[in-house]
Amino acid sequence: MSTGSTGLDARVVTEQGGFRLDVALLVPDRSVVAILGPNGAGKTTVLRVLAGLQGLTDGHVRLGDQTVEEPASAVRLSAQQRRVGLVPQDSLLFPHLAVLDQVAFGPRHRGGSRTRARNEAASWLERLGLTELADRRPHQLSGGQARRVAIARALATEPGLLLLDEPLAALDAGGMLQLRGFLRRHLAGFAGPTVLVTHDTFDALVLADQLVVLDRGRVVQTGTPDDVARHPRSGHVAALVGLNLVRGVADGHVVRDARTAGATGPAEPVQVVTVGAHSGAVFCTFEPGAVSLHREPPRSSSRNVWPGTVTGMTPYGNAVRVEVDGDLAVLADVTPAAVTELALEPGSRVWTSVKANAVRVYPADQGDPQ
Amino acid sequence: MARTVRPIASATGRLPWQLLVPAAAGLALLVLPLVGLVVRAPWSTLPDRVGDPEVREALQLSLLTATAATCCCLVLGAPLAWLLARTTMPGRRAVRAVITVPLVLPPVVGGVALLTAFGREGVVGQLGYDAFGLRLPFTTLGVVVAQTFVALPFLVLAVEGALRSADPRFDDLAATLGASRWQTFRRVTLPLAAPGLASGAVLAWARALGEFGATITFAGSFPGTTRTMPLAVYNALNSDFDSAILLSLVLLVVSIAVLGLLRDRWLTGAAG
Repeated sequence: MSTGSTGLDARVVTEQGGFRLDVALLVPDRSVVAILGPNGAGKTTVLRVLAGLQGLTDGHVRLGDQTVEEPASAVRLSAQQRRVGLVPQDSLLFPHLAVLDQVAFGPRHRGGSRTRARNEAASWLERLGLTELADRRPHQLSGGQARRVAIARALATEPGLLLLDEPLAALDAGGMLQLRGFLRRHLAGFAGPTVLVTHDTFDALVLADQLVVLDRGRVVQTGTPDDVARHPRSGHVAALVGLNLVRGVADGHVVRDARTAGATGPAEPVQVVTVGAHSGAVFCTFEPGAVSLHREPPRSSSRNVWPGTVTGMTPYGNAVRVEVDGDLAVLADVTPAAVTELALEPGSRVWTSVKANAVRVYPADQGDPQ
Repeated sequence: MARTVRPIASATGRLPWQLLVPAAAGLALLVLPLVGLVVRAPWSTLPDRVGDPEVREALQLSLLTATAATCCCLVLGAPLAWLLARTTMPGRRAVRAVITVPLVLPPVVGGVALLTAFGREGVVGQLGYDAFGLRLPFTTLGVVVAQTFVALPFLVLAVEGALRSADPRFDDLAATLGASRWQTFRRVTLPLAAPGLASGAVLAWARALGEFGATITFAGSFPGTTRTMPLAVYNALNSDFDSAILLSLVLLVVSIAVLGLLRDRWLTGAAG
């Protein structure tokens, strides 16, 4: 960043029927912030406020050098006046417009002629690889295609801020994979700040640079997604964001950790064994609840066994979240009884194990759908 | 083994005669008059009578005024429905109540009310006459006004219902894409409410086509200028019953044809 006045600087305060929302967001240009939280946490309200569809009670919204809204100084740009691209949760494509007109809608109302707007829309569709959908109507699109068109529609207004509401929710597995790749590629190409809302930790881990965990209208933790997942500041956050993630390169049933894959010398690269065969760059994830802890090298059927040292323990609910550091940093949820039985404490040497069938694998760089 | 052959509706028992008899009577009441119309029609002289200039004149006038009234209803009624459905304008309830009055008001009373407002000595009518020489009562324009008066509530209520069931988040989204409220109304709200708009327009058209009481009171019954089909039927009743039957038949055929045609349009439109 060159100067301080780039990106989004917002403090969103609203009060509605006893529900108070107070969220501070700092999103630099070209950066993606994910707001993660359970239903009813106020995630969608934040997006509606940023888009200008709902007023602030207090706080401010600044975009670059411009103050977009600030109740204290009676500044409020309408939704039409702000340049904010919104991709709603269920895409909300206008049912009566073909894809091309759908995408041309924004350019048209930003003052372009009909022909120019359509040309602009066509070039956006081409850039996003959606040209063959140009003549389709919304009811002829799959969920994933509709979501991509909604993203194209938002980008075509050349917004200064992009807002995505649950971009990967309610899609089938294939559609989700393709869309995740699509988002990773095109969010990287977007020059402004992006705020996305999700309830899925994995999506946040994969798509966002910063994570804001929201609960009942308040920010309970912020940080990089890895950091928040590794060091949840409360049991509640731990339950919400706990996920083990390995970025690696797959070759058949074996995934090599990307950080150690090229390692030379005595250190063996860390490997994760999976059920299905894959190739190329992938993400492996497994729930902390799927991890077992042992004091001796286990002789179980698990083929994923890594040694490490306990570095932290956080009790929550009926479980204890144990952080294990080693060649591979792993989060494990175990019962309090197991903690006693294994006499676990920070500094304990342990082995972690995960069954291959508990490991989910996602291609990291999904190409265009064909 | 129990017998497995069962009468219709066996799952919930026999059809009760207490419901069947009144249902059949109701159906008969609706169908028999139409049958009577067809049976008693002067089929032998029909071709001559249909070509009768008076019949043609009345039919033309009816189609013209009903269509004009429907257009007026659309232009005036759709914005009214939008105000009721999409804004928090104060006094909305009162406005909706006022709009529904013509629905329950006897049309003759509507005609008298129109005279008191737009008649030559009426509250507004006098102003219009003095300023522009504009006269509504006993003119074709007066017929359109009377028909619009009785048909407008049908359109407003139908369109308001359609607007209420349309997702308002589409309007929000259009705003984020830079569309003003007027552009949003024109390019998003109205197209989404199109089915409601169409059914409201057909209801209004049918109501206007059959309008009698308000028209004869406000506009009189002058052949060629204000004597629409229903008025012509009533007029013929006093002199030539066969003519009355014939005019009624024509009106019946036209209404059914238009409703059928529009219905086909919607069905194919919705499928395509």
